[in-house]
Amino acid sequence: MDQIILQILNGLDKGSAYALIALGLTLIFGTLGVVNFAHGALFMLGAFCAVTVQRLLTLSHEVVDPERTDFLGNPLKVDVPYVMDIFGESTGAAIIDWSVPLAILFAIPVMILIGVVMERGLIKHFYKRPHADQILVTFGLAIVLQEIIKYFYGANPIQTPAPEAFRGSLDFGVWLGFEANQIIYPYWRLVYFLFAAIIIAGVFAFLQFTTFGMVVRAGMADRETVGLLGIDIDKRFTMMFGIAAAVAGLAGVMYGPINAPNYHMGMDFLVLSFVVVVVGGMGSLPGAVAAGFLLGILESFASMSAVIDLIPGINQIIIYLVAIVILLTRPRGLMGRKGVMED
Amino acid sequence: MLGLNKKDGTLLLIVIGLTLFAPFLLNPFPVESELAQFNAGYPDLMQRFVIFGIFAIGFNILFGLTGYLSFGHAAFLGAGSYAGVWMMKLLSMNVIPAIVAAVIVAGLFSVLIGYISLRRSGIYFSILTLAFAQMSFALAYSVLTPITGGETGLQLSLDDPRILTGGAEGGNLPVPSLFGLEMRDSFDLVLGSWLFTFNVGYYVCAIIMIAAFYLAIRIFRSPFGMMLRAVKSNQQRMSYTGLNSRPYTLAAFVISGMYAGLAGGLMVSMDPLAGAERMQWTASGEVVLMTILGGAGTLIGPVLGAGFIKYFENIFSKINDQILHGWFAFLPDGLENAMVALVHPFIGKGWHLTLGILFMLVVIFLPGGLVEGGQRVGRFAFRRRNKKAEGAEAEGAAKQPAE
Amino acid sequence: MSSSNFTRRGVLRTGAATGAGLALPTIFSGAAWSQGFTNEPTGSTVTLGFNVPQTGPYADEGADELRAYQLAVEHLNGEGDGGMLQTFSSQALDGAGILGKKVEYVTGDTQTKSDAARASAKSMIEKDGAVMITGGSSSGVAVAVQALCQEAGVIFMAGLTHSNDTTGKDKRANGFRHFFNSYMSGAALAPVLANAYGTDRKAYHLTADYNWGYTTEEAIRASTEAMGWETVNAVKTPLTQTDFSSYIAPVLNSGADVLVLNHYGGNMVNSLTNAVQFGLREAQANGKDFEIVVPLYSRLMARGAGENVKGIYGSTNWHWSLPDEGSKAFVQSFGTKYGFPPSQAAHTCYVQTLLYADAVSRAGSFNPCAVVEALEGFEFDGLGNGPTLYRAEDHQCFKDVLVVRGKENPQSEFDLLEIVEITPVEQVTYPVDHPQFAGGALGTCNPGA
Repeated sequence: MDQIILQILNGLDKGSAYALIALGLTLIFGTLGVVNFAHGALFMLGAFCAVTVQRLLTLSHEVVDPERTDFLGNPLKVDVPYVMDIFGESTGAAIIDWSVPLAILFAIPVMILIGVVMERGLIKHFYKRPHADQILVTFGLAIVLQEIIKYFYGANPIQTPAPEAFRGSLDFGVWLGFEANQIIYPYWRLVYFLFAAIIIAGVFAFLQFTTFGMVVRAGMADRETVGLLGIDIDKRFTMMFGIAAAVAGLAGVMYGPINAPNYHMGMDFLVLSFVVVVVGGMGSLPGAVAAGFLLGILESFASMSAVIDLIPGINQIIIYLVAIVILLTRPRGLMGRKGVMED
Repeated sequence: MLGLNKKDGTLLLIVIGLTLFAPFLLNPFPVESELAQFNAGYPDLMQRFVIFGIFAIGFNILFGLTGYLSFGHAAFLGAGSYAGVWMMKLLSMNVIPAIVAAVIVAGLFSVLIGYISLRRSGIYFSILTLAFAQMSFALAYSVLTPITGGETGLQLSLDDPRILTGGAEGGNLPVPSLFGLEMRDSFDLVLGSWLFTFNVGYYVCAIIMIAAFYLAIRIFRSPFGMMLRAVKSNQQRMSYTGLNSRPYTLAAFVISGMYAGLAGGLMVSMDPLAGAERMQWTASGEVVLMTILGGAGTLIGPVLGAGFIKYFENIFSKINDQILHGWFAFLPDGLENAMVALVHPFIGKGWHLTLGILFMLVVIFLPGGLVEGGQRVGRFAFRRRNKKAEGAEAEGAAKQPAE
Repeated sequence: MSSSNFTRRGVLRTGAATGAGLALPTIFSGAAWSQGFTNEPTGSTVTLGFNVPQTGPYADEGADELRAYQLAVEHLNGEGDGGMLQTFSSQALDGAGILGKKVEYVTGDTQTKSDAARASAKSMIEKDGAVMITGGSSSGVAVAVQALCQEAGVIFMAGLTHSNDTTGKDKRANGFRHFFNSYMSGAALAPVLANAYGTDRKAYHLTADYNWGYTTEEAIRASTEAMGWETVNAVKTPLTQTDFSSYIAPVLNSGADVLVLNHYGGNMVNSLTNAVQFGLREAQANGKDFEIVVPLYSRLMARGAGENVKGIYGSTNWHWSLPDEGSKAFVQSFGTKYGFPPSQAAHTCYVQTLLYADAVSRAGSFNPCAVVEALEGFEFDGLGNGPTLYRAEDHQCFKDVLVVRGKENPQSEFDLLEIVEITPVEQVTYPVDHPQFAGGALGTCNPGA
């Protein structure tokens, strides 16, 4: 029992990452009809926003410490971050400690800007082109973006730890009446889950309750008619692209403390996020979110050793197996709309 | 000629000419020159060009004609490769059984996957094929290691039975051959400071590719091909006329799967090792990129795309700073270093970057792929020669990408 | 029709330069060369092929290997400070290239895929005339390229490859490995672990689901169980896994008190990070402190894992803080040139290049069969790992193995691991027919041509 609760927690956590990426992807799919292979790269750029903020905050000048020596036997140069000079040692250290949450403030404008530039500069010209051309150009863009990151940050993972206050774990089991240490869960993963829930709720509320959102939803349903009504739908679609990029980017920023960012993390998530979107059903935002959580939870169950012992290799293929079963039993995924990307 | 019209006949002759004289065409630079780095006329790369050409031609029969975008075609290439190596382990080192088995196994595998996946269309179909291929890869890499060799790939070993020819003689592995003609045999021709290599394996692949290309032309021009194009343009209308399109699309899927298997069989015939990475989604994605890059739906496009990508992978990744310094050695020191620093991010470990940029440039400026680039150049030259015929020719060329 | 298997452009590069009859077509068949061996260097230079991962997750490791190769080439050609040439027990190398031929090199990208690695190696052999191929950062690639070199008739000097199979069931006569292997990790780690954590321990293994993972799990289990440990569970994790939470979460509740992570590279960074996140490092189980073990450590990966490595045991082939003369000389010249200390991958690659050059010099020939003969049973010292033997029967180096631990108070970003014990070579030596290395045969050396 405790194992199952634990895996549900894990699944919710993995699912939040999948759902967040899929949400952004399906916004672009659904609103603009563009197959965006660079969406994984946007997630990766978000994570590297956190790395960049961390680097900026730890910008240092060298102080030679004559008492210690480096590996060649020369006096050791100790890096002292400027932040510590400005704010004093303890405040400076605290600011550096909180670099990931601070990076959210940095990432929102940066990612919206990247999204808008991408849409205006490139994607705009591909609305009327075949999906194949969209795949090629966005895949090319994804490679370029990740190679640029690799050039500046290297191929190795870079740790972006959570603030000290959020390290450690919560003994969740005690609340439910289990013994201590039965179900413990890291604070940051709980934060991630809550964060994802807030973002998802925010996007839904935005689309549901604002005029802007209403126009965008109308545009998704029938772009031409909305245009005929004299509404500049293009501008709103550009903004939606920016928002989708920001959602992907924020998912990346917050993911940093869970797994150290590296330059190819976007590609690792790319295929998976497409599977999630399609399983959820094309053009359906709730579908994408539901599929994200469903696949996350099933993936967690499949990794339990009792299950692996029963069906060897199930943990390797569970996601794809579920995708096949769902697509064969429900022709348009969980909640797909008819006629979207079916030809 | 051979049941082809004049235009297709010319195209076939051009392809035959290009493949047979490839050893000359791909080695345009003298061995000693700095530009020899860009020579691609060595056996392994030439073999890869034609093998991936076959793979892409086959993929295009499905994608170019029916519009069904499979994201799991590498699974058939991988299945064919494994079948080929197993034939060499069990039967003999002759490449014929390996190639035949590869095509059959890939064909059966594609019947299975195609039958299930073709129940859906559009992106749902793409994801189904992707899912099957990823499952194949994941299992081949891990649980199926006894059959597939897993991480290290399936390779020959000294104690294989090889029931037709007996085990290995001496302490070395036998090499793949065609009735005694070893695939790795080469013949070097030196003309002045040029060197040209003629490799047995390459010509075996080249002849098979020409045959595969000829078959593709016939399929494109056949009533069957027309039917597939009808599927692409409007499947709904087709079903209203009372035609069931499923058998046609399944046939196209299986044919293209067998092309992939053929490519896999040839790959292991040239180099007897089958790695699981061949089935990964990146490999499936690569053939999609090759086809789109060259020009989806055109006959020659996919072959060009395959050559383009393989050239960058094998030539650009090998250029290093030492070579750059060699190129720019004629410049003053400061300028030399500046030039090296400027070019450095795009070569060697940066070859991915160059490839990504080129993908974007091609698709932005040449919507019909490399084939359209060729056509534009052709049209430009033609226009200068005969301005009057411009209208008619441009119209003809404009139709080309849709083929 | 000729019988040549691989063209020898290296020959031609120098041959054609002298070419008098430029306009006259000369047609010769490969048979004219067949007295020799594949890519016999006849001019004033010799070409080596450095085949390392330049793209993909191991690109940084590959870059470090490449730096080491460039350094080795400099030293062989008599440039720079000579590095380990002074400390090497064999003094056959004189800094005038190899057998008087200047060393040149070509580089390629393995992409950490066996197919791409073979394509790259083939191009070096067929196009560039390389007489030796070296490099790699994973066992799958090493085994694939080793087999290719055997067929082509050139020498393969493995880079970083840790799987038992490389010199076990997939060994080849033309291939040599200096790096240690899974068995040695187990044999070296087990006594240290027993010492530190006691012999009454229950271990939980997470194992990367591919060949290297299998051999490492087998080796660690065998040697820890021999010390009295019990293995509670062993779970295989997919290579493509990035979030290990669902594998880590059940560990604390499984009755185990040690977690062994048979992971490498990105897998290891992520699984270790996740394990620390779930509080395993501070946890208590069975009345003892919970412990984590990472059998194969690399400094680059330790850097990726950051603070999470503190206090965690593992094994490594070499570390820059070793105090012997050879290591000091190498760290000095590497550090002076690049500004940071070399990784273990860089070390093994550098040493392999010197060992090859030395074997050629002692044999007096580049012929692979002569090189194999010179390397088989070769005993040497001064290359950083103490007295070392290249065993003739399986082409594996036998030398001391380092047991290391993540440092609690690192002085710099390179100072992440501290050496706990240098396990003497006797303790990690195994018989040729050890069951973990069963199957496969070395075959005979192949000079090609």
